[in-house]
Amino acid sequence: MKRVQFNNRFLPYLFLLPQMAVIVIFFYWPSIQAIQSSFYIEDPFGFGSTFVGLRNYHDALFGGDYLNIAVFTVWFTIVVTVLSLSIGLLLAVKADAILRGASAYKTALIAVYAVAPPAAGLIGSMFFDQHIGPFVKLVSYFGWDMKVGVNYYDTAFAMIFISVWKQIPYNFIFCLSGLQGIPVSVREAATIDCRSGFRRFWTVILPLLSPTAFFLLIINMTYSLFDTFGIVDTVVKDKAANNPVTLVYKIYLDGFRGNDLGGSSAQSVILMIVVFVLTIFQFRFLERRVHYG
Amino acid sequence: MKKVFDHLILLFGVFLMIGPIVVAFITSTHEPTEIYSKGLMITWGDHFYDTYHKVLLESGGFTGKVTGLSELRNSFILGIGFAVGKIVLSMLAAYAIVYFRFRMGVIFFWMIFTTLLLPLEVRILPSYAVMTKLGLVDTYTGLIVPLLASATGTFYFRQFFRSVPEELLEAARIDGAGPLKFFIDILVPLSRNMIAAMFIVMFVYGWNQYLWPMLMTTDESFFTLVRGIKQILLVWVGSQIPDYNQAFALAILAMLPPVLIVVIFQSWFIKGLTESDK
Repeated sequence: MKRVQFNNRFLPYLFLLPQMAVIVIFFYWPSIQAIQSSFYIEDPFGFGSTFVGLRNYHDALFGGDYLNIAVFTVWFTIVVTVLSLSIGLLLAVKADAILRGASAYKTALIAVYAVAPPAAGLIGSMFFDQHIGPFVKLVSYFGWDMKVGVNYYDTAFAMIFISVWKQIPYNFIFCLSGLQGIPVSVREAATIDCRSGFRRFWTVILPLLSPTAFFLLIINMTYSLFDTFGIVDTVVKDKAANNPVTLVYKIYLDGFRGNDLGGSSAQSVILMIVVFVLTIFQFRFLERRVHYG
Repeated sequence: MKKVFDHLILLFGVFLMIGPIVVAFITSTHEPTEIYSKGLMITWGDHFYDTYHKVLLESGGFTGKVTGLSELRNSFILGIGFAVGKIVLSMLAAYAIVYFRFRMGVIFFWMIFTTLLLPLEVRILPSYAVMTKLGLVDTYTGLIVPLLASATGTFYFRQFFRSVPEELLEAARIDGAGPLKFFIDILVPLSRNMIAAMFIVMFVYGWNQYLWPMLMTTDESFFTLVRGIKQILLVWVGSQIPDYNQAFALAILAMLPPVLIVVIFQSWFIKGLTESDK
């Protein structure tokens, strides 16, 4: 905070009022409601609700296909994070290395950031369409009979492909700005000490990029968990039947399609706890290994 | 030799990123039957005007109240409304946190910080229940304001205000400026670049919202372009030869304004993005 500050009895409260009002009404109230209704079963005809303790949690965790979906979500998150981060980093390293045309490449590579996930999902699902999709035709030459929307693994493949595509620009932007933040003097010193470009990258550049990478790890995780909703929705087209979906999508399905307020809330709370724990875990354990220059 | 290799990788990256969008746009200029029999197109068709005229002006949906143009208008309302709301709320809050000494400061700070941990997607159903209680379904308020309940903007401005030299405040106080005058005459003009950068990032974020508009708007006259994609998909499932061209056209229209803004104001956008998320 500042050394010099204003002293005023009510002005700071006035300035904070709009933000706090919005947060209390649209963040804390719903969050508390979620926790509360996760312990109740709503009467289907709207005549009150019954306290059932932890039953919703038990049903959510062990009933139906929750665990399968959780496992898929974990794999999905890992694959999307690793692929989009490494492709983004590769492109950023190359864009940083060249002189000619760097800004043209940059513009072309970041444009997709602005595409809405469902728009990306819609276009992507056409590329994987049974009738008109070029990808389906392409892989059929290799004997792969791809059926997105019918076959579980094919749908997962399409979902991951589109989600990675949509996330590459974000990783590219941050890796590039991280790379450009490395002082020229450090690079020059490294060049004098070590001739192998690859080894320089591993031992000098990458450790200096680790704060960026650490930050991107968290962001990519949140992206895969939450922001891919539009992609999942457009790829499975409301027919979740035999298709892979993520945990957030299941919360939506159970809550709005299945009208299961208690079950959906219990899942929300579980996910809240998972996100909370992961965030703390990342800060405690991963950050120690990160090199802040 | 190494340079050529670098360029090849970058060209392949550009092809991978931009290719699908170009193909989608070109395909949208053909007729659905043609697309159905021949697949995606890489040559220009002669139905550009028909397709886009239809998507923009012909009313569709179940009630016939929705056109591409009305969706475009709603998208702008959501994008601009969200960006402006976010900037105003977070600048005021950040000003209070950084420049005032008051008892509840720390508590408020942590209350705001907590919102970063739980995105809207996790608490959609209870949020929706709250909205119905408040009677905000199918209103612009219900569409925009709940999205503002996150602290990203506040942190961005907090960071920036802390980097503003202390001497400015000292000088202003010596000259007799009060907190309001200091904010309006010094801090706001000083933040101009930050505000512009923030506006672009938040506009794109608001424009691209999908899940929340999907839940909050049942009245088609409130649909945004991105929300319209859901409608196209619902028609899709039952039809023999879907209107591929219109679906592509809608996707292109939905991405055009945010993509243009990001490309044109690139440096501001990158500044806003890399500094707000930290």
